[in-house]
Amino acid sequence: MDLEREGGRGANQLRPIDCTRNVLSRAHGSASCSHGETRVLAAVYGPKAGTKKNENPEKACIEVIWKPKTGQIGKSEKEFEMILKRTLQNICLLTVHPNTTTSIIVQVVHDDGSLLPCAIHAACAALVDAGIPLKYLAVAICCCLTESGQIILDPSKLEEQRMKGFVCIAFPSSIQSVISQGSADVGGESVGNGVITSLTHGVMPVDDYFQCVEQGRAAIIPLSNILKKRLQSQPASKQSKAG
Amino acid sequence: MASMGGPNDLSSEMELDAFRRLFPICFHERHLLESIRPDGRALGRARDTTLMLGAVASANGSALAKIGCTTMLAAIKLEVMTPTAEAPDEGCIAIDFHMPPICSPLVRPGRPAELAPVISKQLSDTILRQGIISGMINLKDLCLVSGKAAWMAYLDIYCLDADGALFDAALLSAVAAFSHLQIPVVSFNDDGRIVLISDDNSGAMKEKEPVNKEKIKLKLNNLPFSLTCILHKNYILADPTSEEESIMETFLTVVLDSSFQLVSLNKPGGPGLAHTSSIQECITLTRQRVKEVQKILQEAISDMEVD
Repeated sequence: MDLEREGGRGANQLRPIDCTRNVLSRAHGSASCSHGETRVLAAVYGPKAGTKKNENPEKACIEVIWKPKTGQIGKSEKEFEMILKRTLQNICLLTVHPNTTTSIIVQVVHDDGSLLPCAIHAACAALVDAGIPLKYLAVAICCCLTESGQIILDPSKLEEQRMKGFVCIAFPSSIQSVISQGSADVGGESVGNGVITSLTHGVMPVDDYFQCVEQGRAAIIPLSNILKKRLQSQPASKQSKAG
Repeated sequence: MASMGGPNDLSSEMELDAFRRLFPICFHERHLLESIRPDGRALGRARDTTLMLGAVASANGSALAKIGCTTMLAAIKLEVMTPTAEAPDEGCIAIDFHMPPICSPLVRPGRPAELAPVISKQLSDTILRQGIISGMINLKDLCLVSGKAAWMAYLDIYCLDADGALFDAALLSAVAAFSHLQIPVVSFNDDGRIVLISDDNSGAMKEKEPVNKEKIKLKLNNLPFSLTCILHKNYILADPTSEEESIMETFLTVVLDSSFQLVSLNKPGGPGLAHTSSIQECITLTRQRVKEVQKILQEAISDMEVD
């Protein structure tokens, strides 16, 4: 009773992922990430002095600008900006550089489904490229719920539009600790069990939502390994970007 | 946490308000240890909610919702328009959420609040969720003459006082406004255009055939209700005030419909992580809240009908 997917993908199969760092020469950090046809470019400038008006000066401030592929900036871009900003607030160490602003500009190059996870990966890679201190990387995934209750991962745009429900979840990538095992647990549940960001569209039973979370969590492990390998394998840029 | 000695030493000498301003997290955590919040509520309890239908007399449907101090005014105005070619027998609903400077000292004129377009989009997604399972409102109910005329509903929600849990109050006021909505009777003019039949010219009614028979109420199914919870360490606080929201920044909004299906679960990041157990608990709190709010809405509707 499996759903026929384009390209013969299995229900749990993700599209090929590519992530390159240091694609822009003037930005302090930049990255381009693609999930199949979906492509997002991210650039990081910062830390710059000063925070915005209503922000807490004892912590670093993160500012996200989301640029759609076409059209004017509207409400959905503002929503993406807020979600990405709060997700990155979770992963960055905000107390290292207080009273500074780090700007992340995200440009959508092509949207073929799973846009938010692609943007999260691109933003994380750009932050790594810029050398902003992070607690862990965020790894995100999209799941779709079909009418028959089957869960498929990493949907394309056509699949997203036809589905009954749609869930997008970001998890913290596993921490490789230099200290021994016990310290990775926080209050009985290890950090790897938490969810950074979760968004849903469409009506679904509560149990289906938790099943999506579990399936997503299982699929995250190979994904996070691929991303980490990609981020490591590129040589660091030797030129100074301060100019 | 080296300064923990500091607030504890000063707390015996300092005034309560000063301590609250200078060490807000410490102030709130002292309360949470006793399973209570500064305003005396239990951790899982929402603030007092009141609803008043028909707050705006000139609108076709309106409601004023108050959750604690957070106040939202929703009003619906209807206009006849030509439906699009792709959907000739469907009407249209445009939802807009405004945060005028009256609502909060953080919102200044000329600089729209950052939160306003986000809440506006979330409300549109929740109320207008179309798809295989139809949402709260069937747009086909808004059709007058297929291909020629349909209703366009403008739903405007104004935040009059922003004291936390804005999305909950906005959704409640929108749902109440739709429950209160009365579609006026219309008929065709001699030119073939739609005109309103007002109550006065009952004589004219005999000449003009009304297109929709009597003042119809929109049929609503599966009303959505929501609850925002804050996750702070091991505590879950339901229905935060703006003070709690600004201090403990991790929140989670759960929207359930009247059959307890999950319409939307929104955790937009934030400094804390959400574990599955916390999410389960938030959903349980939301279920209780849905029952409470359904009762309040029913009472408000029956009060209106008595009048």
